[in-house]
Amino acid sequence: METLFFILFAALAIAGSLATVWLRYVVHSAFALMAAFLGVAGLFILLGADFIAVSQVLIYVGGILILILFGIMLTPPDKKERSVKRVLGFGIPVFAIVGGLAFQIGSVVKWVEKPDLPIPGPTAAPIGRALLKPDGYLVPFELVSIVLLVALIGSVFIARRRTMQSIGATSQAIGGTSQAIGGTSQAIGRASSAPGGKS
Amino acid sequence: MGLAGYLIVSAVMLACGIVCTVARKNVIYILMGIELILNAANLNLVAFSRFNGHLDGQVFAIFSIILAAAEAAVALAIVLNVFGLFDSIRPDDPDLLKE
Repeated sequence: METLFFILFAALAIAGSLATVWLRYVVHSAFALMAAFLGVAGLFILLGADFIAVSQVLIYVGGILILILFGIMLTPPDKKERSVKRVLGFGIPVFAIVGGLAFQIGSVVKWVEKPDLPIPGPTAAPIGRALLKPDGYLVPFELVSIVLLVALIGSVFIARRRTMQSIGATSQAIGGTSQAIGGTSQAIGRASSAPGGKS
Repeated sequence: MGLAGYLIVSAVMLACGIVCTVARKNVIYILMGIELILNAANLNLVAFSRFNGHLDGQVFAIFSIILAAAEAAVALAIVLNVFGLFDSIRPDDPDLLKE
């Protein structure tokens, strides 16, 4: 039974990733990517990692994929972008290298597997305890929360609406860029001078 | 199912992610390829964690998922900004640093 589900989820993940590379339209690739993510989530469940599987569905399928779909909606389609020659020309060597490397590693390394694996229980509580133990992962946990905050503020700052000149100026992209940079530095100057004026 | 099966799935996903990153000329495809590569790494981490009996691999996978989310948000903001400036999402087109 477990083998049957492993084959099902592994086929979903592999077919999803192959279709992501191969399909012509970006939207189709995004939905193939969703299949790949769901297959990997199923494999996580088979590995007894229930918390990671739920996080995978929530963050990858519910967050990153929606973000990618927004990116697709805000950019024009490019129907002549895929070239079969280029995909195969990179694909065959990359698959040959990865396959050869995997074969070599598999023939040399003897993986140590515990002989009698315990039946996996719920993992949320042990992971939470490991994350918040001072001699565990407390410092990386806090650091990664700061990274997340910085990424949030930074992406909002980068993606905010600019002045009308810099948005439409495709013919004078250089002028638009320098204007945008000038506008940014002006905005920074205003932001830094504002609290000083109040106090 | 043993460890080798999961490692093979992970290797195939890694190769797909590399090809998606390198061979497609659209910034969105590059982002999707990076997500595939990170997902393959997560699968490896969780598989080793299961067959090792430690939870450390799962904690690493959580950090990797968090960083992937942060990376996707920043990268899409950059993509939208580049599209606003250059009217193109081909990664070859922004070449202002060449001049």
